[in-house]
Amino acid sequence: MEHSFASPSGHPQPHQRHFNPYSENGGTILAIAGANFSVIAGDTRQSEGYSIQTRYAPKVFRLTDKAVLATNGFAADGNMFVKKVRQRLEWYRHAHSKDMPIRAIARLIQTMLYARRFFPYYVYNILGGIEEDGSGAVYSFDPVGSYEREACRAAGAAQSLVQPFLDNQIYFKNQTPAHGTSHPAHLPLDHVLELVIDSFTSATERHIEVGDGLEIYVVLAKGSTPQVLDRWQGVTEMTTTQDGERMFVIRRNLKRD
Amino acid sequence: MNTLVQRFSTTSAQSEINKAKALAADDQDFDDFAWGSEAGFGTIAKGVPTFSLPAVPDPRAFLRLHTDDHADPNCRIKIQHGTTTLAFRFKGGVIVAVDSRATAGSYIASGTVKKVIEINPYLLGTMAGGAADCQFWETYLGMHCRLHELRNRERISVSAASKYLSNLVYNYKGMGLSMGTMICGWDKTGPSVFYVDSDGTRLKGNLFSVGSGSTHAYGVLDQGYHWDLSDEDAQELGRRSIYAAGHRDAYSGNTCNLYHIKEDGWHFIGNYDISKMHYEGPGNVPGSENVGYGYDVRVVGRSSANPPPSAPTPVVAA
Repeated sequence: MEHSFASPSGHPQPHQRHFNPYSENGGTILAIAGANFSVIAGDTRQSEGYSIQTRYAPKVFRLTDKAVLATNGFAADGNMFVKKVRQRLEWYRHAHSKDMPIRAIARLIQTMLYARRFFPYYVYNILGGIEEDGSGAVYSFDPVGSYEREACRAAGAAQSLVQPFLDNQIYFKNQTPAHGTSHPAHLPLDHVLELVIDSFTSATERHIEVGDGLEIYVVLAKGSTPQVLDRWQGVTEMTTTQDGERMFVIRRNLKRD
Repeated sequence: MNTLVQRFSTTSAQSEINKAKALAADDQDFDDFAWGSEAGFGTIAKGVPTFSLPAVPDPRAFLRLHTDDHADPNCRIKIQHGTTTLAFRFKGGVIVAVDSRATAGSYIASGTVKKVIEINPYLLGTMAGGAADCQFWETYLGMHCRLHELRNRERISVSAASKYLSNLVYNYKGMGLSMGTMICGWDKTGPSVFYVDSDGTRLKGNLFSVGSGSTHAYGVLDQGYHWDLSDEDAQELGRRSIYAAGHRDAYSGNTCNLYHIKEDGWHFIGNYDISKMHYEGPGNVPGSENVGYGYDVRVVGRSSANPPPSAPTPVVAA
């Protein structure tokens, strides 16, 4: 039997191999900005093809007391990228004795992603947190660094399932307000948390790469009261400083099948 | 040119050093500037920013393999494409109008993209092609325009700014940058518009439209364009042209952003929903009759429920 890539002359042909450093690890991330808070969430399943590699691989990371970064795409690139962003933020802290403001972090992420324009990180990033004026902010990025500030954004495997739901429930797209009423400009925190949980339970039902666990980071602006969170179970406070922004994480289970 | 050849050749001594550097430390691109707040743009003192390259014989083929969605719609890294942008010069300044849709394949990745990049209060750039390429290099251009002001105590001309950009992207020719942009502004010579793209083309002109919807926009723009247009009519022409493209080109749509550059710099005129313009018109804005661009013209007079405005109202017989 002839070897498959041997030429008729019997000599092996040069065989081209290409360099493929990328993989796709599924999962979905989501962030919503409120008037004085920001919510950043992601599921914790990591998969490759049809096999689940782990049921707990965080995709949402605390950067500072007022900034959270969610990554999606190729997990190895994502983890390395977060590591490098954190390193740059630490250097900034040493140089300036304060945390980098979120709009500056957004620009930093752009330049860091674009520095790899010809060898990209295969990562979709969403940055959430509190702006210097105390408003909730969400910035979304493409893999090579184009970015935009938005009110809400879903990315990853179930992006196309979740984003239309958010468009309808947050931007009130294709909804007409009842006569004499108008849509609210900003939604309250408990309502936003319900939308996030519903987004992920629904995405888990209909997408094979979403499930196992849900991590929701909540960043509250200075001076806002976290009482709303008392009604929620599984809340852990992550704040490290006094009288600044406060950060919480809510962990939930998602279906594991 | 020599440096470019060296950078990408796989046999030269320099490339061996580059490879060794890349293997030894991924942090090669950080020097002391990274400790400050310059966020990577700190390289400005040393010329152009540095980029990491994959350690493969042909970095271009690598990038094409993983990012080009025309060759392979299933490739992993989708770069946002599809657009309509236009800019034209007239006696009252420059009108810049763009849509706001970003697509990745057939998915609408965003409907709220800012495709007009505010380089400084007198210069605008438009975004077509790779969103990151345009955003990054036009921001970078803005920094150099400011340096020009500090060095020469006067604003950079639109011509010089656009040439700066075209020379810059020409250095990366063939490496996969994708941008088609119009650099618009007002300088000593009055209003001007330059078209610059990633092939290195740079053209001066009165009227340009770029992107997948440009042909549709040109159709409306060309028949309505005149140097002596009033400010209101010029703004309406920009809006109407983007509407036409948003209506007929699937890769364009959502909303239209309109800017007007006058002697005192640019002014943001407004954001207009393209579906709303179809049925109801752009709203009560100067230059517009505030009627739907697309709906009424198709249905008026077709049934008794939609009589033409001049038709007498039917009288019910007693």
